[in-house]
Amino acid sequence: MTLKARKAFTAYAFLLIPLVFFLTVRFGPMLYMLAMSFTNWSLMRKVPAFVGFSNYLKVLNDPVFLQSLGNTARYAIFGAPLVIVVSFLIALMLDAIPRGKSIFRLIYVLPYITPVVAVSWVWRWMYQPPPIGVINGVLGALGLPAGEFLNSTTQALPSILVVNVWVELGYCTTIFLAGLQTIPREMMEAAQIDGANARQILLKITIPLLNPVILFLTVMEGIQFLRIFTQVYNMSMQAMGGPLNSTKSAALYIYQKAFMYFEMAQAAAASLILFVIIMSITLLQLRFFDKNLSY
Amino acid sequence: MKKGIVIAMLLMLAAGSLVWAQTMTITYWQYFYESKVKLMDELIKMFEQQNPGIKVEQVTFPYESYNQKVAASIPAGEGPDIINLFYGWLPMYVKAGYLQELPPNEFTKAYFEKNYYKFVAESVDFNGKYYAAPTAVRTLALLWNKKLFREAGLDPEKPPRTLDELAAYARKLSKYDGQGNLVQAGLAMQPTGQGHNWIREVLFRQFGNEPYSADYRKVTYADDKGIAAFRWYTDLIVKDKVGYPNFATDDVTAFRSGKAAMNIDGSFRIATLNAIKDLEWGAAELPSHNGVKSNYASYWTHAIVAGVSGKKLEASVKFLKFITSPEVQELWLKNVGELPASPALAAKYKDNPVYAPFFNGLAYAHASQFVDEAGQRTILVDAVDKVWLKKVDPAVALREAAAAEQKLIDDFWKK
Repeated sequence: MTLKARKAFTAYAFLLIPLVFFLTVRFGPMLYMLAMSFTNWSLMRKVPAFVGFSNYLKVLNDPVFLQSLGNTARYAIFGAPLVIVVSFLIALMLDAIPRGKSIFRLIYVLPYITPVVAVSWVWRWMYQPPPIGVINGVLGALGLPAGEFLNSTTQALPSILVVNVWVELGYCTTIFLAGLQTIPREMMEAAQIDGANARQILLKITIPLLNPVILFLTVMEGIQFLRIFTQVYNMSMQAMGGPLNSTKSAALYIYQKAFMYFEMAQAAAASLILFVIIMSITLLQLRFFDKNLSY
Repeated sequence: MKKGIVIAMLLMLAAGSLVWAQTMTITYWQYFYESKVKLMDELIKMFEQQNPGIKVEQVTFPYESYNQKVAASIPAGEGPDIINLFYGWLPMYVKAGYLQELPPNEFTKAYFEKNYYKFVAESVDFNGKYYAAPTAVRTLALLWNKKLFREAGLDPEKPPRTLDELAAYARKLSKYDGQGNLVQAGLAMQPTGQGHNWIREVLFRQFGNEPYSADYRKVTYADDKGIAAFRWYTDLIVKDKVGYPNFATDDVTAFRSGKAAMNIDGSFRIATLNAIKDLEWGAAELPSHNGVKSNYASYWTHAIVAGVSGKKLEASVKFLKFITSPEVQELWLKNVGELPASPALAAKYKDNPVYAPFFNGLAYAHASQFVDEAGQRTILVDAVDKVWLKKVDPAVALREAAAAEQKLIDDFWKK
């Protein structure tokens, strides 16, 4: 065996371990779930029977599931772009300051490294109506009317969305900052010498060169918001995704079907529907953003 | 020499464990609630002394994940022999065939009539078979904050006796800031807590409605009387503004922190409230209306899992009889604060200022027979939310709730 072949063999041997893990812990259960979604498996039924597509029909005819899909879409459509734009702006400014960069970066990343459950409960407390909530305390002191926040069918979803944006900002800012630092200074200097203004540099150099980073974050944040769960679970009363299902995400719906109502097969069908949606959106994003650019 | 002693001791231990191996071990599951778990450890010691050869192992799980753990383990055959369940989950487990009928020669109709309140016998009976027996039960009472009563110029020793008085007191006890925001609730209005039970089993009946058919398979609360009851409840939120759902997080938090002057809550809260130093509180029987008294009772109950047989079943029945005996019921009241499930003990506590109101409620209490406790709760909670958040008429909201609940019940019995 040549040295090269031996090296490759060693690498394969090591790669095999995570592969086995991946197959048994990820793919195995997924295939099992796929199979189970065609049965009437429930924890409250001893012998499951094959029922074809009836779980899919049941779930798709459930107005609560459709509402939760709509809510999930709203989390993703408003949440992901918002966090990417804001974190990009923050990263640009952080890149521009000569001193204290690491302090600022630390401050922005703090929410991301705080446990989400703790973050959710603190925000839930801050959103409380008067006389408990801090935000309403400030509004009251300014003579403004109290906000309903989590106690409103229209404000609750944006209130939870904002918290997730706040959490994700740190992560996205850090990635953007790292991306910005890989852009060669000479390129910008050359552009400046050629008479390009700041806007032209941003649009023609910075953003195109950051494309891989933007693609990565769009995909990651898209997935992040599409499967939002912990925040909704912890910020709605009795973890129900209320009031009146107005904040319930698809992930929470699946959880409730499985672990509150023990309808495992319906939960499996709903999971697969969500999986297909996330998969297609991710593929679309990859097609849309994945342009190879080089200068 | 020392080595020899150690070896000898090890041998003795081994011999001892051989003897242990011959004894019968049964497993008991309950959720983790410190005073319950500690008492159960004591009870198991007592039981094992009285019954040599039987060993009981207690296993506990956090309350939040208990139902999931049970639902996942029993079907897989990894569950216990005896299990503590919320009575509202019984229909689901009985229908799925995961529990077994209590031995009919031991747990007869006469046995239940003699030893238990009527609502207990009714809610553990499925087609004439008894599936569970409880140690303790809980009821609701009106809790009031004496300090806030004094501040509002009310007699701190005279809680409201009727619903009309309750509403009037609640209005007096409510406080608002300059912008009209409620800062002190006269009465906590929390359907997610005990509120939905209060509406379901108390208010509907007090307004002359019978909320369900006798077997709880027909929803009948959406008639004019039921709607009047529901409107009375939601008017307190939208018209009188004496409280609203999730005010100060929830009713329990609001009451214990002095942000709500009155609350409807269960006997299981006694220990929690007693632990708060500067909270001066009292408990009174639920206010009556039109001369009608009603209450909601609920309980955790012990059942024997399907498949337990032979000697294990005998031992399980013995243990079940022991933990539901009057002596244990009294220990349970002292250590946990839950009320004895046997009416025989109520007379002893009729002058106890804290327990008496709850005991009195037991005599006329109803235990709703849920097919899906969480689902049925959500339906009434959503009905209240529709009224105060979406300005839906209470009559419309309640009719929708009745239809939704009927469908849930029908689906349960159909499959």
